Amino acid sequence: MISYGHHRYPGRLFVVEGTDGSGKSTQLSLLYQWLKSEGYSVFFSEWNSSPLVKDTTRRAKKRRLFTPTTFSLLHATDFADRTERDIIPPLKAGAIVLADRYIYTAFARDVARGCERAWVREVYKFAVKPTAAFFFRAPLDIAIDRIASGRPQLKFYEAGMDMDWADDEEDSFKIFQGKILEEYDHMVNEFGLTVIDGTQAIRTQQRQMREIVSRYLKEKLKEKAVVAK
Amino acid sequence: MTEMKFYGTALSGLEIEPYTGKLIVIEGTDGVGRSTHVALLRTWLESAGYAVLDTGMTRSVLAGRGIKDARSGHTLGRLTMQLYYATDFADRLENEILPALRAGFVVLTDRYIYSAIARAVVRGADPNWIRAIYGIALVPDAILYLRVPTAEELASRVLASGRGFDYWESGMDMGLGDDYYDSFVAYQKLLLKEFDRMKTEYNFEVIDASKPVKRVAMALRRSIKRLIEIEPMAAVDAAPKEPIKAEPKEKAAAVNAPAAAAKPPEAKPAEPKPRL
Repeated sequence: MISYGHHRYPGRLFVVEGTDGSGKSTQLSLLYQWLKSEGYSVFFSEWNSSPLVKDTTRRAKKRRLFTPTTFSLLHATDFADRTERDIIPPLKAGAIVLADRYIYTAFARDVARGCERAWVREVYKFAVKPTAAFFFRAPLDIAIDRIASGRPQLKFYEAGMDMDWADDEEDSFKIFQGKILEEYDHMVNEFGLTVIDGTQAIRTQQRQMREIVSRYLKEKLKEKAVVAK
Repeated sequence: MTEMKFYGTALSGLEIEPYTGKLIVIEGTDGVGRSTHVALLRTWLESAGYAVLDTGMTRSVLAGRGIKDARSGHTLGRLTMQLYYATDFADRLENEILPALRAGFVVLTDRYIYSAIARAVVRGADPNWIRAIYGIALVPDAILYLRVPTAEELASRVLASGRGFDYWESGMDMGLGDDYYDSFVAYQKLLLKEFDRMKTEYNFEVIDASKPVKRVAMALRRSIKRLIEIEPMAAVDAAPKEPIKAEPKEKAAAVNAPAAAAKPPEAKPAEPKPRL
């Protein structure tokens, strides 16, 4: 098993993180379009996407079978499948992998749910360290407004209703997102996350993101040129 | 009463309080006869008036089905499989094992974290990583390790049982041998080595499982008698003059009644023991 920070692959891995409604998915799909148009082979990997774990997760959510620990472990299972299937192979092949949410989502959510910080980090030790991880930071009220306008109803676990923080779903959601944001803020230094101000114009954020991503790509092109010589 | 002790990090949100039941683990590699002995022990304990919960790997409500589907398709990667097993374990620990222990049951578990650790380590997982994940596990009251000295003996036992070699029990995913037999032997050898390594680390009580079933069963009973009081119930007609030791009396009596009526327990009066 190769641990976090020790994988050596020719590809590049860029991830976006942030609370719900921070605008990260929009930014990632813009980045995807750009990289495609530049001629790179790009793979897209989403949170909760393992076909083999999906049925179990769906059933557990519907029947409310999760505890904080099993919620954490089943998501780690899903993430392991994603790593073994969607992330490592393209990275080995030298492609660019874009991940919408990564291990930091689990660190933020699971710790907000009461799992121990050190334990959750240990569980995900097998993860590939990203080339760069962007954290889209938006103040809580803005993020909540964006979600409220985009989604009809909050789901049980999404709102953190399993934690008995509040009777009302919206109140519970706010408390949950507040805790999550706090965890993200802790992680900025711990994992060297690149903070992008999510209140800026979409194009401004995208420009910043492309500027940073292209640094790593140039480096890569240089490597290729050296090999060619 | 037993104090709750965990190998590492306790479960999130868990109230740590002493429990009245007993957690007894039956461990061992494939083919040593674990399930036979769990069944025998269950009958024996129920005859003595103890309410028993038996559990084992992949039996969780949450992840059992998913794991079975994944196994039959041979489609999951190694890390994924190991985490799936950990999910299954955590679900059973929180929703079956701990509640039963609190209610005074004797919990017999067919394998515990040690099999999961051994399987992961022989497949290249970081030993510290997998141990840290299973740090959520409660330290059992007893770990009875059914040991057969060689992988060849395990193989002949599997054949004698008539069920033949299974893909996973033979470690076919590991590419250790050209056929099921060679692979089984090579794989089980690795597991036996891991188990031997864990013997002292986790304080296994080693039971020689090469002996005839009856002798093994007696050895297991002897070990369990050191933990819990086994004495014949005063009257088998469901009216014991002193209630059963297990906490939920009605439940224990109800579970036990048919078995006890059919076959009086043969145990000799035991010396007084601290009660559960």
